[in-house]
Amino acid sequence: MSCWETVQSYALRSLGYGERLLPRSDFTLCEQFVLIGSGMIWNVYFGALALLAGFALATLLAVGKASPHPWARKPAEWFVFLFRGSPLFIQFFFAYFAFLALKGPLPVFTPFTSAWAGALVVLFCNTAAYSGEIFFGALQSVPRGDLEAASAYGLTGWRRFRRITWPTMLRLAWPAYTNEAIFLFHATTLVFFTGFPARQQRGDALYYASYFADKTFNPFVPYPILAGYFILLTLGIIALMGTINRRLNRHLPAERRAPMRLRPAFLR
Amino acid sequence: MFAACADPSTLEGLGWLACYLTTGKHLSFYAAFGTVLVLLAVTAPTALAFGMGGAMAARSPLPPLAWLGRGYIAIVRGVPDIAFFLFFVIALDQGFEWLRHHALCPDWDQPVRQGNDFIVCAAAKLPLGNAPQWVHEVYGFALAVLTFAIVFGAFAANVLFGAMRAVPRAQVETAEAYGMTPRQAFRRVVVPQMWIYALPGLGNLWMILVKATPLLFLLGVEDIVYWARELGASKTARFSDYPHGDWTIWYFLALLVFYLAFTKLSEIVLARLTRRLSHGQATAGGEALRRAAPAGPAA
Repeated sequence: MSCWETVQSYALRSLGYGERLLPRSDFTLCEQFVLIGSGMIWNVYFGALALLAGFALATLLAVGKASPHPWARKPAEWFVFLFRGSPLFIQFFFAYFAFLALKGPLPVFTPFTSAWAGALVVLFCNTAAYSGEIFFGALQSVPRGDLEAASAYGLTGWRRFRRITWPTMLRLAWPAYTNEAIFLFHATTLVFFTGFPARQQRGDALYYASYFADKTFNPFVPYPILAGYFILLTLGIIALMGTINRRLNRHLPAERRAPMRLRPAFLR
Repeated sequence: MFAACADPSTLEGLGWLACYLTTGKHLSFYAAFGTVLVLLAVTAPTALAFGMGGAMAARSPLPPLAWLGRGYIAIVRGVPDIAFFLFFVIALDQGFEWLRHHALCPDWDQPVRQGNDFIVCAAAKLPLGNAPQWVHEVYGFALAVLTFAIVFGAFAANVLFGAMRAVPRAQVETAEAYGMTPRQAFRRVVVPQMWIYALPGLGNLWMILVKATPLLFLLGVEDIVYWARELGASKTARFSDYPHGDWTIWYFLALLVFYLAFTKLSEIVLARLTRRLSHGQATAGGEALRRAAPAGPAA
């Protein structure tokens, strides 16, 4: 099979199109590249959707945590503690078995026992908790002068939040939020490795990489391919988030608009 | 464990549960929590040592060494850590066997890698085929520790590298003015002062390390996740004196609670440590402590 034929039969394998069976022997480099790349579709799907949906909840959580009312503050604090305080691996396992148990009495939960929905819920809650904490920190450090100026212009309540507080919070949080986004995409590799089974061997990039490593007993080809894909993905995220960062800071004069410096601590 | 548990079929309610929770397998499950704690206790200093080495290499004035240190930090951080966990366990194992193969069987003429097989002579196998079971377990555990240390060492190196640069430049200049060599200044001035700058990052790293320990079961160690899956799966009366349905969710709930409690405890300890290390430092935290302290005779 030539490399182009391999691309045709395996490029969308992780979604269920093309060849049904995985190659069993005589693995070519092309097959490894194509299949691991095909698995990346899942990583991008999980990461992108969880990030977009988590962003909205994260804002709510940050506002909730900063609220003086215990009815708003306590649930937000507990949510953040629950999802930041426990390992994502355990969350995946737990969620999978919880959805399985719920499926019996409540058929609504049937889709959640498969990865595309169930894992997405876990990742969504997880990233919302981490970003919520980042946004909360940024919300606490919004300059007082900005808020006073807003009051002086007669902006109060919702209008002040939407036009002053929230954009400033985003500007302050953006570098840390970029790190969180990168880590979220890394975390998507856990989906098929811990809780959720890969139906019909349709897994993500790490699933295929470890398949090849197990079959050939040679980790030095598939894992570097996976690493290369992830480094490309990380560069793409940094470029995208950098564009948004420039847009957020577009009102600043050019010399004060320092390029986004990612904090050296690449941690969550 | 209890004498009353001799015949499980006669037990009812809580008595049954008490006997169920003290079976031999459950004791292994409880011991696995110890395994996790031992792993943390061994890995944290090892990773810190790797981090120290990486940070010092990245700071080195020698370009190749600096590239090595920076490359180590950049590559490990750019790739999902689970990929490294899966990679290093095989790669380290093959690496050790390959080295032993060349040292112990010099007259072996076949290639080590034949197609999809990795073949070394019998004397080079790690652990040896006739080794007792505990050697296999210790070897697996040591591989896991080394893997964790390599991965988390890169993160620690990154934190320490930043912390070393955060030590005020004037401090180092003063040390130079006193005639200290760069090495002395590093050991006596930079290293003692950098900890307060490194602590937030290291604390963060500790939390991540704690939360990465469920990965142990992927590395072939019988840890708490392994036992939770094993014990929670439904047991039928044919195979066990204690039949029950699928209880996996309850076992995972217990793990969840364990990790939440451990995180909370770590947070409290780290907060205390930050307070202690802030003492007398030229940072906002140190200044706050100085103001809060009652004016003593020396102040």
